Amino acid sequence: MLAVIGAASVEELFSPIPQGLRAKSFELPAGISEFELMAVMRAKAAGGGAGIVPFIGGGLYDHIIPAAVDHLSGRAEFYTAYTPYQPECSQGTLQALYEYQTAICRLTGMEVSNASLYDGGSAVAESALMALRVTGRNAIILDASVNPLHREVVRGYLAGLSAELAEVAPDGCDSDLARLIGSITQETAAVVVQNPNFFGSVADFSALAEKAHQQGALLIVSSYPIALGMVKSPGEMGADIAVGDGQSLGNTLSFGGPYFGYIAARKRYIRNLPGRIVGETADKEGRRGYVLTLQAREQHIKRQKATSNICSNQSLCALRGLIFAAALGKQGFEELACLNFDKAQYAKQLLSGIKGVRVLNAGGTFNEFTLALPKGAADVVARILGSGVAAGVPLGAYYPELSDAMVVTVTEKRSRAEIDALSTLLEEALWN
Amino acid sequence: MSMYFTKEHEWVRIDGTQATVGISEHAAHELGDITFVELPQMGKIVKQFDTLAGIESVKAASDIYAPISGKVVQVNDKLEDAPELVNESAEDAGWICRLEASDLAEAGALMNAAAYAEFLNGLE
Repeated sequence: MLAVIGAASVEELFSPIPQGLRAKSFELPAGISEFELMAVMRAKAAGGGAGIVPFIGGGLYDHIIPAAVDHLSGRAEFYTAYTPYQPECSQGTLQALYEYQTAICRLTGMEVSNASLYDGGSAVAESALMALRVTGRNAIILDASVNPLHREVVRGYLAGLSAELAEVAPDGCDSDLARLIGSITQETAAVVVQNPNFFGSVADFSALAEKAHQQGALLIVSSYPIALGMVKSPGEMGADIAVGDGQSLGNTLSFGGPYFGYIAARKRYIRNLPGRIVGETADKEGRRGYVLTLQAREQHIKRQKATSNICSNQSLCALRGLIFAAALGKQGFEELACLNFDKAQYAKQLLSGIKGVRVLNAGGTFNEFTLALPKGAADVVARILGSGVAAGVPLGAYYPELSDAMVVTVTEKRSRAEIDALSTLLEEALWN
Repeated sequence: MSMYFTKEHEWVRIDGTQATVGISEHAAHELGDITFVELPQMGKIVKQFDTLAGIESVKAASDIYAPISGKVVQVNDKLEDAPELVNESAEDAGWICRLEASDLAEAGALMNAAAYAEFLNGLE
């Protein structure tokens, strides 16, 4: 193959990629057979993180995935090449995406959804860009209790624009509603908040929506989809745009993805919604069918004036999200949310009973909460990891003033025995 | 009150310093069924021949250019729900916005109705 493409070696083939960006070594023996390679890879997969009991979340979560998700999303009709959008031969894919959009609208309480984005971070960033377009204004207010990784993506997206980005520090581990409201001016395009926030605190942003609207600004709420089975939806709060990471809907945790992001909005903003949108129509014989719609927003039509520079979505991951939601149904979704809440409440009470440990969330929480420890959280988490349990996300890397705190996540998959074991390990790590 | 046309097929009707802007019947006909009019922001200041608004039809997405410099003081909200007004009445009820004109002398660079008719003949 190298001879055909005119490269002398594999090394030469990869030479345009700077050394610093390349993997130093995959630590694989040279010239082994496929069977031998599989054995090596299986051994690698079984080591490291395998078997660790995770109490970590922070944006990506360990949830059940019904068998129907793998089975249906793996069907050849769906498991296919890039951009399967021709209506004459892709009605199945288009219908699935249309139903995905319906599911997202129902979950978020919004009127219109696109066919998905890349991930939670890009969804938050795209929503900020959308607010700038809708309002013709120039400033974004970002609650600093929004996922730090998502805020980093927002900063990246806005860096090349003249937009102003202001972050409002939380009050402890809860969004500072008074300061958020006080920060809104006639220049504000949108206020961006997250529910539950990165620390796990749940809030009602209805008053914030009202104040934002009084000043002509939009409210953007980023939500953890599973929490929406229980907490007030962005739509119910009066939000204009709802976004989030869809991984928790039927997508496995993997090292960096692929995941998907969702974005939904009020109908009046649909022209400014980025990405692909599938619409329902009728063919010439009056039969129901599905097509991509409102494509004049997109770059292949409007060029540099496009309101969307995203031409693809995360179809397959979004499809998994749809199958997950459909398999659970409304009642199943609510039960799943309750199970998460109940288990997390049990863990919260148990862990906060340990000497020197206290809960930092002032208000309610869903399946995550922040614990203050009597010593550095990163060290404590590292020590407990040695016993096969990932106790939480230490906050020091994102919030230096909270280096003694960690966010603990308890999904429906964590058993009472696992929660009890975490409690014992935490107590040992702190006091032995 | 006088009406002028541009080579890009916009029209402007000048009444005092107020300039009402739309697209010509010829343009509306050529575009086919109009599905969306992207109205300009109120208060937007444009120079003559700058992009003022946008229009989408079943056939194309096009820009609408300002026939004259000025500031947007009114937009035709009816087009938000009824873009077909542009097809039905391009040079009257289908107007797009009103500008407070900043330099009426610019109208000298535009065509009157007779010159525009002649211009259209030349296109065919």
